Amino acid sequence: MVDVALSGQVAMPAEALIRIKALGRLRLGDAVFRHLTRAAAVGVLLLLSGVIISLIDGSIPAFKTFGFGFLISERWNPVTDNFGALPAIYGTVVTSFIAMLIAVPVGLMIAFFLTELCPQWLRRPIGIAIELLAGIPSIIYGIWGLFIFAPFLQATLQPFLINTLGNVPGIGTLFAGPPYGIGIMTSGLILAIMVLPFVTSITRDVFEAVPGVLKEAAYGLGCTTWEVVRNVVLPYARVGVIGGIMLGLGRALGETMAVTFVIGNAHRISASVLAPGTTISATIANEFNEAVGDLYTSALIALGLILFVITFIVLAAARYMLMRIERRIG
Amino acid sequence: MPDKILPSRYSGRRRNNAVATGLAFAATAFGLGWLVLILGALLWKGFSGLSVAVFTQMTPPPGSSGGLLNPIIGSLILTVLAVLIGTPIGVLAGTYMAEYGRYDRLTSVVRFINDILLSAPSIVIGLFIYEVMVAPMGHFSGWAGGVALAVLVIPVVVRTTEDMLTLVPNALREAATSIGLPRSLSITRICYRAARAGMMTGVLLAVARISGETAPLLFTSLNNQFWSNNLNAPISSLPVVIFQFALSPYKDWQSLAWTGALIITLAVLALSITARALVPSEKQS
Repeated sequence: MVDVALSGQVAMPAEALIRIKALGRLRLGDAVFRHLTRAAAVGVLLLLSGVIISLIDGSIPAFKTFGFGFLISERWNPVTDNFGALPAIYGTVVTSFIAMLIAVPVGLMIAFFLTELCPQWLRRPIGIAIELLAGIPSIIYGIWGLFIFAPFLQATLQPFLINTLGNVPGIGTLFAGPPYGIGIMTSGLILAIMVLPFVTSITRDVFEAVPGVLKEAAYGLGCTTWEVVRNVVLPYARVGVIGGIMLGLGRALGETMAVTFVIGNAHRISASVLAPGTTISATIANEFNEAVGDLYTSALIALGLILFVITFIVLAAARYMLMRIERRIG
Repeated sequence: MPDKILPSRYSGRRRNNAVATGLAFAATAFGLGWLVLILGALLWKGFSGLSVAVFTQMTPPPGSSGGLLNPIIGSLILTVLAVLIGTPIGVLAGTYMAEYGRYDRLTSVVRFINDILLSAPSIVIGLFIYEVMVAPMGHFSGWAGGVALAVLVIPVVVRTTEDMLTLVPNALREAATSIGLPRSLSITRICYRAARAGMMTGVLLAVARISGETAPLLFTSLNNQFWSNNLNAPISSLPVVIFQFALSPYKDWQSLAWTGALIITLAVLALSITARALVPSEKQS
């Protein structure tokens, strides 16, 4: 192309020379830019592999000393350099489970409200307000949880649970012990508020993507609004909804600051959800700067690696499911 | 016979519908209620401490009065640093994905990995930067804090840049090529301009995300009781100061923590609302 354009200009060799030079510069610039963008894209991949490699590298001393037992040991004693990850893993899983137990039904119902019941002009403001919850930094949830929410729970909900469900045989042990205010349950509740916007916004998006014809057909058969959502919208959007839930779960598992404030940082596994506990991220945030000795630091980095592996699996599954539904809609 | 069954069935279905609808209203009120409760608490606890001194004085030792000047400046420095490092990398990577390799295998892999980075726990990023920067350098530093935040900026910018460039109509690219613009110029001069508002939104969202981040700063930039703009030394930042002051037993510190929390939240909410206003509503969903 360029050569053809040039051949018309033979009459003025000096000018042609300048043009050739200019074109050469442009071509060079083009190649440089192209390779720069490619390098940046590869850089994103390197970033993630860098995270994984550095975490593995940092946790080698801990895994060498404790072996596989690190994952199932309940001890955490910095004085004798004896570490086990089980209480932190347990706390992470249980707080996230409580969070999802509340956030999933509430998020689904809000999405139901936003897509089927809410008047058109109110949809955007309410949607944005819910998403603002996601924008509030986690340290704000932490300070609010510690000074306002935990004392409130200690005075109201927790004594109530202890006096009612606490006396029921079987599940009674879940609600045994004094009302501390801070603890596993409080962390779970705060996490529920934090992941609610993620579950809601993704569920709303996949609900909105359900073809109108399907819903109209169901309404035409005489279904009520709830029956349409329950029997048409939900089954159609199922994969996307599960993807959204997993994405919220990924957030809840890795959430640090809010939990650090209200979990109590106690390295033990209690049957009661009212008792203080710890999570992986809270342990790292609380102890990393005070960790003396290579083994202590390495044990904390190993906890970080475990957290990263768990969230990676959850998030990868979430993305895979969301990609599947995008492909079906797209 | 059917005449007798049907009315009761109808009313049962109607009742279920009413219950479900009621629950949906309740759930929405529940969700919005938390926003009101949290913002209300912040205003109630933080507003009284808001004064000129907060913006002009250093963080005090326990028991005396002071302000939040050094953490505010520190946070601004760290945020600017993170945006300066993260934005170019993010924009370039997003450009590759939308312009050069839209249908590449590399692009789909990068998109997948980027989405995971987007929601990866930020404390793990803090550990990563500790391992690769703080430990080799031997001390905590502002640089490490800025880089840790940049790692959080990159995925947000990559995502929005790719999305926004993909929305640019192909006719613009074809027009640019037809007047002889090389590819790089047609991207930087035409596509970037067409997608400018959306890409700005990405940067604003990234700033909103990192300005409240605490976990990655705990073991990178640490904290500094005094005035410092030396990026080679530990530097103070608003979130870390809030963390430290809120967990302290001193009343003065706790009330400063609330004031700091109010400042951060207002800044973050203003940023995310501005970011939304920049993008026309039809592109939003």
